[in-house]
Amino acid sequence: MAYLLLLPTLVLLALVVGFPLVLSAWQSLTQSGGDIDPATGIIKQGDSFVGLQNYADAFSGAGAGAGFWNAFWNTTLFTVVGVSIETVLGVSMALIMARAMRSTGIVRASILVPWAIPTVVSALMWQLIFDANGIFNRVIHYQVLWTTEGWQAKAAVLVADIWKTAPYIGLLTLAGLQTIDDQVYEAATMDGANRWSTFWKITLPLVRPVLVVAVLFRLLDAMRMFDLPYVLLGRLESGQTLSMLASDAASKTNYGLASAYSMILFAYICLVAFVFIRVLGADVIGAQNKPAKRGGRSARAARRLRTTTEGSMA
Amino acid sequence: MSTSTHSLPRRSLLAAGGLGASALGLAACGGSDDSSSSGGGGGATANFDERGPITFATGKDTSGVLKEFLERWNKDHEDEKVTLVELPESADDQRSQFINNAQAKSDAYSVLGLDVVWTAEFAANQWVVELPKDKLPIDAMIPATVETATYFGKLYAMPFATNGQLLFSRKDLLEDAGVSEPPATYDEMYQIIEKVQGSNEGMNGFGGQFSKYEGLTCQISGVVKSAGGELFDKDGKPHADSKEAVEGLQVLRDGFDKKYIPQEALTYKEEESRQAFQDGKLVFLQNWPYVYEKFEADDGSSKVNGKVLVSLVPAVTGEGTSTVGGLNYAISAFAKNMGTALDFIAFMGAPEQQKAWFEQTSNPTASKAVFEDADLKKKYPFLATLKDSIDKGAVRPQVVKYGEVTQAIQEAAYGCLSGDTDAKAAMSDLQKQLTDLTKG
Repeated sequence: MAYLLLLPTLVLLALVVGFPLVLSAWQSLTQSGGDIDPATGIIKQGDSFVGLQNYADAFSGAGAGAGFWNAFWNTTLFTVVGVSIETVLGVSMALIMARAMRSTGIVRASILVPWAIPTVVSALMWQLIFDANGIFNRVIHYQVLWTTEGWQAKAAVLVADIWKTAPYIGLLTLAGLQTIDDQVYEAATMDGANRWSTFWKITLPLVRPVLVVAVLFRLLDAMRMFDLPYVLLGRLESGQTLSMLASDAASKTNYGLASAYSMILFAYICLVAFVFIRVLGADVIGAQNKPAKRGGRSARAARRLRTTTEGSMA
Repeated sequence: MSTSTHSLPRRSLLAAGGLGASALGLAACGGSDDSSSSGGGGGATANFDERGPITFATGKDTSGVLKEFLERWNKDHEDEKVTLVELPESADDQRSQFINNAQAKSDAYSVLGLDVVWTAEFAANQWVVELPKDKLPIDAMIPATVETATYFGKLYAMPFATNGQLLFSRKDLLEDAGVSEPPATYDEMYQIIEKVQGSNEGMNGFGGQFSKYEGLTCQISGVVKSAGGELFDKDGKPHADSKEAVEGLQVLRDGFDKKYIPQEALTYKEEESRQAFQDGKLVFLQNWPYVYEKFEADDGSSKVNGKVLVSLVPAVTGEGTSTVGGLNYAISAFAKNMGTALDFIAFMGAPEQQKAWFEQTSNPTASKAVFEDADLKKKYPFLATLKDSIDKGAVRPQVVKYGEVTQAIQEAAYGCLSGDTDAKAAMSDLQKQLTDLTKG
């Protein structure tokens, strides 16, 4: 009976998730278009099954500019460096906000503005800032050509991405911070803990469940980064990510190769998510803890109690 | 749907879903297989006798002039009305919509507005039909524009708009340096820049579109042709490693090495380079004619107002050659009422429409007559030079895999101009890639 009740959901999932995925996987094994007739210049139409040829092409980077490994390392760099800095900045922002203004909604909302701006718009904005004669160069009194090939282009992407998404981690962390009971801090002060050890021994362990989920979401988001480098840098190799390779192949009507790139990216993201959840135990499905704001007084009290015990255990 | 499947056990339903999905996948592939047996598309079966309402799909009509044209046409053709389908402004988005439509064999678009570089791809895939030359005002069009609409000797589109780049020079700075005429070659231009830079600290020399995008392909096609080479010959064979082609690229590299072209030009697209010249930071600029009106603006936005000379783009050895840009009109192979579509294309090529478009949008049209028109000559004093630029223009490669080809050209040229590879190595590597890409 329980399965029957789940049926509509399963059907829906099969339709909107399963079906495209299967189709994509199938398409990644085919190639469209054929040879050009040398006399008329007309191309032979039709798809043909090519087995794993597209995957071989993908890894050897055929017809994709700087190729697969360049895009792979860019994606990894943007993800690892970007999310690390975002996390540190986000947590710092949350700590400051929690300290200074426990409940001023306006400040919190305005912190979130960069995150609410559509990525394409913020990419265009940063393009102006990073222009050869733009504001950034004027401020540092030195002309760095940010949008040319090289480390500076990667730095530009990272700066724009961190600016945009650190507030997201900050806000989620702030929500987590506000569930920590003041009593825990008071007890720590009584025991003579300094600020540093309070942060490492109390704040961080208690906010960890929320923080881990926030970081996981950011990881998945960063790995499929597309619009920011696409708008900011265009075709520069320095900004090419895996999803850009897929889009590039599709625009050349090479749908088989495009599907292969997407499947590889899909597998990579799955792997990272799996490892992350295993290693850090991200509580994604809420088995342990529901996010704040809901529930009555008794629920809140229970949660406080629980977080307190968790904290003392850690 | 969910009510009828309630009674089924979960597992068999999932299995059915999976089967359905794979069956659909197979069906999709089967569908396109069919077309190969029927000779690919409707190219052979174009019927220009059918008449009736059609649609006209082209980029967004930002000027509103197209709507005027359609009103004029629809007033005279009650039974053959044309409906405008406005596509996104970005050329890439337009192309992908056309391709999606062609692959679905949809008759939603009858007349297509194609960028000049798409002709080969659309013709080779038989997404557009061959057009009868005798029913269109082809002879009235500039030959270079007709070339952009031709693939393997057959006409697949009618040229509507065209474009050629020009060299904009700073008259005042040239006079200070004791020069009265704009330079005809890169050598002359570099010499003038050296003189000007001697007396103007921090002045940048020559600007063009050297960022890694389509604009770079335009620059390279032009400079290679003016050095006497060509990236592709008439038979579509690449010659990127010829002595002339290498020399063409080398001239630009020398400009960067000797600071005649500023490093920041590697970030220039049309607008960035236009802005730099307009702010008085460049002595010379190669760009499309649209920039002229902005330079001559007297509202204070331009620092070069009244100080601009217009001439042909600089040459390496021969004559200055610009890439030909523009828009052609083609008929979808899956369209109904191709007779009306053909008439409508001819109507768009008629002198009245050609002149109105140029006059109101500042975008040059393909007809020879507009360049002789007195009104237009008055509005655009450089019209004769522009005609010259288009006449001598370099047509970008007419290849099916244009996306790959232009990307390869950009990679090679950008690598060389930014100082990573030397011209000879870049071009011989490019030659290898282009050979692979045109092999089929």
